Amino acid sequence: MNGPAACAAVPVAGAEIALTAPAGTNTLPASLNLFPPAMNYTLNVNGRTQTVEAEPDTPMLWVLRDHLNYTGVKYGCGVDVCGACTVHVDGESMRSCQIPISEAAGKKFVTIEGLSANGDHPLQKAWCDHDVAQCGYCQAGQIMTAAALLRRTPKPTDADIDKSMSDNLCRCGTYTRIRAAIHTAAAEMAAK
Amino acid sequence: MQTEFSPVSAPAAGQSLDRRSFFRLTALAGGGFALGYSYLGSAGTALAADASAAAGLPASVFSPSNYIRVGTDGVVTIYTTRPEVGQGIKTAMPMIIAEEMDVNWKDVKVVSSSIDPDSNAPVPQAAGTPGGPGGGGRGGGRGGAQLPNLDGPFPQSAGGSTSTPQSYQPLRMIGATARVILIEAAAQTWGVPAAECSTENSSVWHKASGRKLPYSQLVATAATLPVPAANAVTPKDPKDYKLLGTRVSGVENQALVTGKPLFGIDQKIPGMVYAIFEKCPVYGSGAVLSANVDEVKKLPGVKDAFVVTAAGGVPHGVAILGTSTWAAFSARKQLKVTFDEGPNTGQSWAAMTQQAQALGANAAAGDGAAFDGVAKVIDASYSFPYISHAPLEPQNCLADVKADRAEIWAPTQNAGDVLSRVLAATGLTARAVKVHVTRSGGGFGRRLNNDYAAQAALISKLAGVPVKLQWSREDDMRFDVFRPAGFGFLKGGIDAAGKLVAWRHHRVSVSGGGAGQDSFPRGFGVTELSPAGMVPSAVPTFAWRAPNSCTGAWVTQSFLDELAHAAGRDPLEFKLEILANPQSGVPGPVNGVTAQVYSERMTAIVKLAAEKLGWGKKLPRGQGQGIAFYCCHGGYVAEAAQVTVSKDGKLTVDHVVAVADVGHTIVNLSGAENQGQGAIVDGLSTMMFPELNIEKGRLVEENFTQYQLLFMPDAPKKIEVHFVKSANNPTGLGEPTLPPVAPAVCNAIFAATGIRVRQFPLTRTSLKWS
Repeated sequence: MNGPAACAAVPVAGAEIALTAPAGTNTLPASLNLFPPAMNYTLNVNGRTQTVEAEPDTPMLWVLRDHLNYTGVKYGCGVDVCGACTVHVDGESMRSCQIPISEAAGKKFVTIEGLSANGDHPLQKAWCDHDVAQCGYCQAGQIMTAAALLRRTPKPTDADIDKSMSDNLCRCGTYTRIRAAIHTAAAEMAAK
Repeated sequence: MQTEFSPVSAPAAGQSLDRRSFFRLTALAGGGFALGYSYLGSAGTALAADASAAAGLPASVFSPSNYIRVGTDGVVTIYTTRPEVGQGIKTAMPMIIAEEMDVNWKDVKVVSSSIDPDSNAPVPQAAGTPGGPGGGGRGGGRGGAQLPNLDGPFPQSAGGSTSTPQSYQPLRMIGATARVILIEAAAQTWGVPAAECSTENSSVWHKASGRKLPYSQLVATAATLPVPAANAVTPKDPKDYKLLGTRVSGVENQALVTGKPLFGIDQKIPGMVYAIFEKCPVYGSGAVLSANVDEVKKLPGVKDAFVVTAAGGVPHGVAILGTSTWAAFSARKQLKVTFDEGPNTGQSWAAMTQQAQALGANAAAGDGAAFDGVAKVIDASYSFPYISHAPLEPQNCLADVKADRAEIWAPTQNAGDVLSRVLAATGLTARAVKVHVTRSGGGFGRRLNNDYAAQAALISKLAGVPVKLQWSREDDMRFDVFRPAGFGFLKGGIDAAGKLVAWRHHRVSVSGGGAGQDSFPRGFGVTELSPAGMVPSAVPTFAWRAPNSCTGAWVTQSFLDELAHAAGRDPLEFKLEILANPQSGVPGPVNGVTAQVYSERMTAIVKLAAEKLGWGKKLPRGQGQGIAFYCCHGGYVAEAAQVTVSKDGKLTVDHVVAVADVGHTIVNLSGAENQGQGAIVDGLSTMMFPELNIEKGRLVEENFTQYQLLFMPDAPKKIEVHFVKSANNPTGLGEPTLPPVAPAVCNAIFAATGIRVRQFPLTRTSLKWS
């Protein structure tokens, strides 16, 4: 509905692109700080093992978004402040903009796309029931942070929620509904 | 001046419109029918008979990009033209059509319209220059696109809380017309009079015989029918609404919580490269003097790098194209570029402040005799800095520009502006450009200006490949069109009885606009002087959520509170007393609203907000209550706040009550409340922390590390949003709930501590007390 078959994992391979000035591969000027060479990395994302070729300093944020098409991971600041890029790494919520691919091997990444099989994690349901989102751009990161909270603290108080969610920026100001949705999800999970 | 959209109430149904020239009915291949509606003239005359003539268009032009499609599968597709930027409009606007059609909401599919030259829509030709930062009053500064439609002066735009007031009535008529056609189709099928039929739950009923036919089974007949005449279509009485006023969850919520690629930044097409565009950080600067693009081109992951010479509204800069966003970002660190920094490198916030203070020092010169003999006169000055829109999705745009055509995917509040800027940047004609409107990660006014779309289009044209331009957060902040900074130099006079008798608000704006108009106490029997001064600046500014009002409300409602305390009176009682004295015939607070109307609508909600908060309850020192109200964008809002300030100056906003009068109908109660809750947080956020400084003609703060916004722990512990229904047509909600919160909280801080906040951000004022 918005955009060109954007849901599909469209390969964006550089080799398909013919430009007037193709990238050179030799004789880099000495005046430049040379990039570390690209390498192949084997990653575990949402339970799938995938291989990605990238420079070792490439943040997982961009690996997940550009290389692997997990676009639910959002770029907001790139400097560990806003939380829009939050994913789970071995079960803990972390900022994917701060994890270079060179440190990703052997770790299990989960993005919002992999939080539940059918998009029906109690938090996802509660987010819809409470109509939390305004623009929605931060909400995947909010949900991933909240999911890690509920794993640690199944019945959080408002203070627990404020503390755990304190580094996820919602520019639209939906904090009131985020709190309420977390309580709802916690109650549903406790009832199971 | 900034652009401030004014809501305009559409004429009542049945007024001066031949709806046969308004709608077109089309049978669809494979079953189903489509009801399209014509593009008409600009907002103020959206339904007026002369609208089409004024727009230079034939009276009726069928636009298949704007319609309802009723399919044989029972799905009713509603196309919506208003861009979704978080205001909930993609849900709210179709609800109006669905209500009038009596279609079950679960049968509705909502699709965002693109601007599509393949349709028969009247597309504009390039003309004039696209709006630049800070440019333009109403309709000005955006001279390119003349694409009149139901969206008001700016085609497929959402700004100024205008969507609801401009579209409510036309969308009702669209839904109601479809309903009449479906009834007629059923009546003919059954051989009964249409008057005996009714609609409910996506079906037509003939209750006398107990028969019903779902819409899906009526489409073949309906597609053959004429569009009913004007007097045969009557929208519902709002009291009969079943869907409007209920809580409906956003149509894209499930896609949002599962990470579907809804946003501009998520768009991908085969062959696309990722681009950055380095521009000179000095505002109003010149050309690229040198750039090591030949070196950058050789970096791994870089497909191309080149200097862009300013053209078609795109500034000078350097484009780097990479195989991923990170490749382009990473290569950018190796870019060595020098710019002609132009004439503005001496500009600084410190110098602007000095100039503003000098203008303020002269404010008394205009007071004349207004304060002569007044029992008590109080002076105060207020100031607020530039701030950034800072939508969480940094600006980006995917552009695929070929020699003879272009396709654009833009996160925008203003698709018409995207189109006109792309035309200017590429030299293409409108017939050759298609604009897809994606969801936007926040707008707040920023995405009314689509400079990034022009840049993406020009870079794609120059590179000859599809380009997704990605601004970094630093780009987004540095190249924002900011909320103007401003200063207020106020003086108030109180007579011996403690009544306000004289009021001066000398507004000094930096960069234009933003100093805040007095919507109150103008027209309330107070001698009022509101002269204005201007400090010129090269820093670009534009509408920031509730332009002018977002700061004006704080200045005026805070100073009124000061005067109340100076008079030894309860601020609520003091303000209600002024509200009780409207001067009939006096030009009203905003846009021709009379003081009488203002008084009636405002008094009711101010009283209710105070009551809901528990105004006047005895509180210990360190706790306090404040109240403020404001009318903008057609909406009347009062907010009352209760705060706690610890002795070491830590502020906790315990409770905010908002009461809004935005007419007789709330379209989506859930979305409306969400707008109110969010605007309160946004208003607090921009009051509490962020400021932008200018040094050497450029911005100092560049990311959220320096530009701090409000996170959950500082959000109010409790927010209530109430709606009071008045007899007025519905108006928008994105903006009017924001302005009153800062003065309500600052007035509460004063009540708690005796400390008056006269500077934004709050971090500049110590709230310590003992």
